Amino acid sequence: MSVRGTDLRGAIAIVGAAESTDLGKIPDKSALELHVDAALNALADCGLAPADIDGVASAGELPNDIADYLGIVPEYLDGTNVGGSSYMLHVRHAMAAISAGLCETVLVTHGESGRSRIGMTPWAPAPQSFMAQLEIPHGPVGAPSLFPMGVRRYMAEYGMTREQLALVPVVQRQWAAMNPRAKLRDPITVEDVFASPVIADPVHLLHCCLVTDGGGALVLTSAERARSLDLPNPPVYVLGAGESSESSVVSGLESLTSSRAIRLGGERALAQSGVAHADVDHLMVYDAFAHVPIYGLEDLGFVGRGEAPAFIEDGHTAPGGSLPMNTNGGGLSYTHTGMYGMFAIQESVRQVRGTAPAQVDGVDISVCTGVGGMFMSSGTLVLGSAATL
Amino acid sequence: MKPVPLATPDTQEWLDRIDAGELTVPRCTACASSFLYPRSSCPRCGARSVELVPAAGTGVLLSFVVNHRAPAGFEAPYALGVVRLAEGPHLTGVVRTDRPDLLEVDAAVRVGFEERGERRVVCFDLEEAGR
Ligand SMILES: [Zn+2]
Repeated sequence: MSVRGTDLRGAIAIVGAAESTDLGKIPDKSALELHVDAALNALADCGLAPADIDGVASAGELPNDIADYLGIVPEYLDGTNVGGSSYMLHVRHAMAAISAGLCETVLVTHGESGRSRIGMTPWAPAPQSFMAQLEIPHGPVGAPSLFPMGVRRYMAEYGMTREQLALVPVVQRQWAAMNPRAKLRDPITVEDVFASPVIADPVHLLHCCLVTDGGGALVLTSAERARSLDLPNPPVYVLGAGESSESSVVSGLESLTSSRAIRLGGERALAQSGVAHADVDHLMVYDAFAHVPIYGLEDLGFVGRGEAPAFIEDGHTAPGGSLPMNTNGGGLSYTHTGMYGMFAIQESVRQVRGTAPAQVDGVDISVCTGVGGMFMSSGTLVLGSAATL
Repeated sequence: MKPVPLATPDTQEWLDRIDAGELTVPRCTACASSFLYPRSSCPRCGARSVELVPAAGTGVLLSFVVNHRAPAGFEAPYALGVVRLAEGPHLTGVVRTDRPDLLEVDAAVRVGFEERGERRVVCFDLEEAGR
């Protein structure tokens, strides 16, 4: 693979980052208001006002509606919506747009009333979509049946045990226990996972993400402008970014034991950043279901094929481990509104800033991977402190 | 009621032939690659010439879940799997078995059809189970 975009390494920075004021059950805000609440928090986080923003990117709600609600007059709009990874793609696209001079300061917003469903269109696949034609007639119980479809094959090919799969939520709960904002904080055991209701065997309830309300937002600008601003928090630089996609139906995926989209997006992001795996201090991998971080560890190249279950079992991703992963508790324990990717980015930013509730010592480089649909899309960001420039 | 697919122009003939009890696999007449889902052009070479070739009706179960919760019309537990057809492309469907707990990946399966009113939906039966 040719290494493209290396001149954009560190070209833009995340100067503002914040989540909605509340997470969990928010019965008094619509999805659009959750975007706006997070946006205002992110602007306050960097000391900017809506008038300072000239570009808006969002998924779930349309960027023009976000702009209009906040009184922003945008010259750049990005409505990319490829599911939960969309926000990683927004950052990558903003990296190009800001660097090319198309705009100066981009606001990226997420908000979903996933639990309370206020101001949300009821979710259902379009009746003539590939999913509705190829999958729904066969009786999947939504994502819990379809997303983990490959887990049995992964177990057969690589010998992953049910205990190892259960360790993913167990370890992430260890992180959540240190995070007061996490929805689920009580420690759990492998036995607790097995005792939770079976949804789509081998998937139990505790292998599945939460369903919550919440939002998050980022303010991005050029590294040059970041240096000229009087910022309350240190900028977090985008060292690399990558994206890819494949089929939106699981029968159309190239492999059931690996995600091509994670692999290609991750390769691109790491190559652009020039960062070696060994230099990564912290990792976020979108965890809608317990197997996704396992696939992610392998598809991003942190471990070899089939090695992720033992890597997790050996404590490498747990508190005190060599590669702390999903340190907010993840979609499994922290929060999961529907398109979780924004929350993964927020935690990476906190870890690089040194302000995370479960802060890892000395995080200069964080890798953050989002997934959309059932592996239909992925985006990866490599984020770094000023020391990495 | 269990849902049935609502065709688009590019899937109409494929679904019509399933309703008639025949599974076909789309194949590009230019580069001979087979693919699913049905498309009006080839995802390998872009040619707009696609023919529907009758499938052998056999395949291998690549992976599956056993649903313990069920949408309206379905009765849990049942196995939902992805099968690699003999022609290569993959297809999702229910694996009809009384013992989904005994199912294993790589099981040989045969294409079957479940009648839903005027329509049919593809499903899979285990080869060893009495055929
Ligand atoms: Zn072709």
